[in-house]
Amino acid sequence: MLRYTEYPPRGYRVRVSTYWWTGRRAYLRFILRELSSIFVAWFVLETLFQINALAGGPSAYSDFEQFLRNPVVIASNVISFLFVLFHAVTWFNLSPKAMAVRLGGKRVPAALIAGPNYVAWVLISAGVAWLILRG
Amino acid sequence: MAEQIALEITRYSPERDKTPSMEEFEVPLRKEWVVLDALNYIKDKVDGSLSFRWSCRMGVCGSCGMMVNGEPKLTCATFLNDYAPGPIRVEPLKNFPVMRDLIVEISDFLAKLSKVKPWLIRKKEKPISEGEYLQTPEELDSYRQFSMCINCLLCYAACPVYGLDPLFAGPAALALAQRYNMDSRDEGKSERLDVLSQHDGIWGCTFVGECTQVCPKHVDPAGAIQQYKLTAAQEWVKSLLMPWGGK
Amino acid sequence: MAAKRSNEPFLWLLFSAGGVVAALLVPVHLFLFGLAFPLGWLPAPAHDTLLALARSPIGRIYLLVFCVLPLFHWAHRFRYTLYDGLQIKHLNELVNTLCYGGATVGAAFAVYLIWRIP
Repeated sequence: MLRYTEYPPRGYRVRVSTYWWTGRRAYLRFILRELSSIFVAWFVLETLFQINALAGGPSAYSDFEQFLRNPVVIASNVISFLFVLFHAVTWFNLSPKAMAVRLGGKRVPAALIAGPNYVAWVLISAGVAWLILRG
Repeated sequence: MAEQIALEITRYSPERDKTPSMEEFEVPLRKEWVVLDALNYIKDKVDGSLSFRWSCRMGVCGSCGMMVNGEPKLTCATFLNDYAPGPIRVEPLKNFPVMRDLIVEISDFLAKLSKVKPWLIRKKEKPISEGEYLQTPEELDSYRQFSMCINCLLCYAACPVYGLDPLFAGPAALALAQRYNMDSRDEGKSERLDVLSQHDGIWGCTFVGECTQVCPKHVDPAGAIQQYKLTAAQEWVKSLLMPWGGK
Repeated sequence: MAAKRSNEPFLWLLFSAGGVVAALLVPVHLFLFGLAFPLGWLPAPAHDTLLALARSPIGRIYLLVFCVLPLFHWAHRFRYTLYDGLQIKHLNELVNTLCYGGATVGAAFAVYLIWRIP
């Protein structure tokens, strides 16, 4: 492994365990947050199948709907949904950290940056649901 | 006899030991005592060979950082009573090589710190006769939080990225770089950008956020790094749109 | 001295944009199509309704954004998770090719599928 060598390595070094992320609750939460991306990608793939089925005509699409009713697919979507929610909540909550907005010489409190994220989330979700369900 | 509490302390002597081991000591449990007091009690009364760093005893010098029950802590601000009935495990700061007992080797951090140029850079120094560089309270406030760092290295002990990749510049060095970037008197932003916008700089950070959690001075290195990512990304877009724009 | 131009800012911007899309849009899609319709909680829209939504120019752009950005979000996060979780930073190039290459292939596939919608 590549080591920092500007100074001669001295002292006793402990190699980080492969299971370091089980060492603290915060580390575990971090790894779960990062792993949520797998479920995001999985749902994008599902959507690509859906687009393909849509383009394939009504019978192809009803086959796709049948596929979504498979208990295994439903179970995986339940898990994906929990992870995606976790991603959304952590994403909104961490965004004030990356954005130090200053107004009138004072830093805008974190809640005032995270809050609008949630408002936008609700409005956009409602809008998308309305468009899809309206038909 | 007064109430006692047990401390399990890492012992390591490079001349004698292949690997560190734990040794248990009993110290009086007094409500005004912090872990550092217990260590000093042991050194004075029980075993004078116990080695650890400390200086100010009041959370300013940043020397006495250690792992207390697995958490990076300033031992001068960690009360024995909060861990009663014990035992309390005291270990050297994680992610650094151990030199002796509770003392870690920090020259890696010092080298990284000087790389990010944590001082005011001026294109041209003003002669002293022209007076000091002035700053408004608002300008001071924009970087004040990041200037509170005491280099205690608790954030490095909490950072898994630093543990995994010793090349990573690490939380305190990056936060201090941002401290000078945000200073209205500084003119060295582009000099630092070259150092910081590397894979081993800000882009190594995966925003675990534990550096901010353990910081005894509420510096928020995680926030500083994410804010700097945003700045570096903006600079990148700018240099893409205006490749001729000199630095 | 100018340091080597890093493409990290670009990848990070893609990651961030994808993270926003994944946070704002994926939950409602996943809830409707993955849970509510298959389980019969809500009446599923008919094929021609959805097709009409998807084929409009705005619908196509929406789908493109919906698919492409989150894929790069995944690539970025998964790359770092592989580095840190498995400590395989020495396999840097392989991991990068796998993650960003995978996302690029996925993105190209998305472009093809969306372009093909009749």
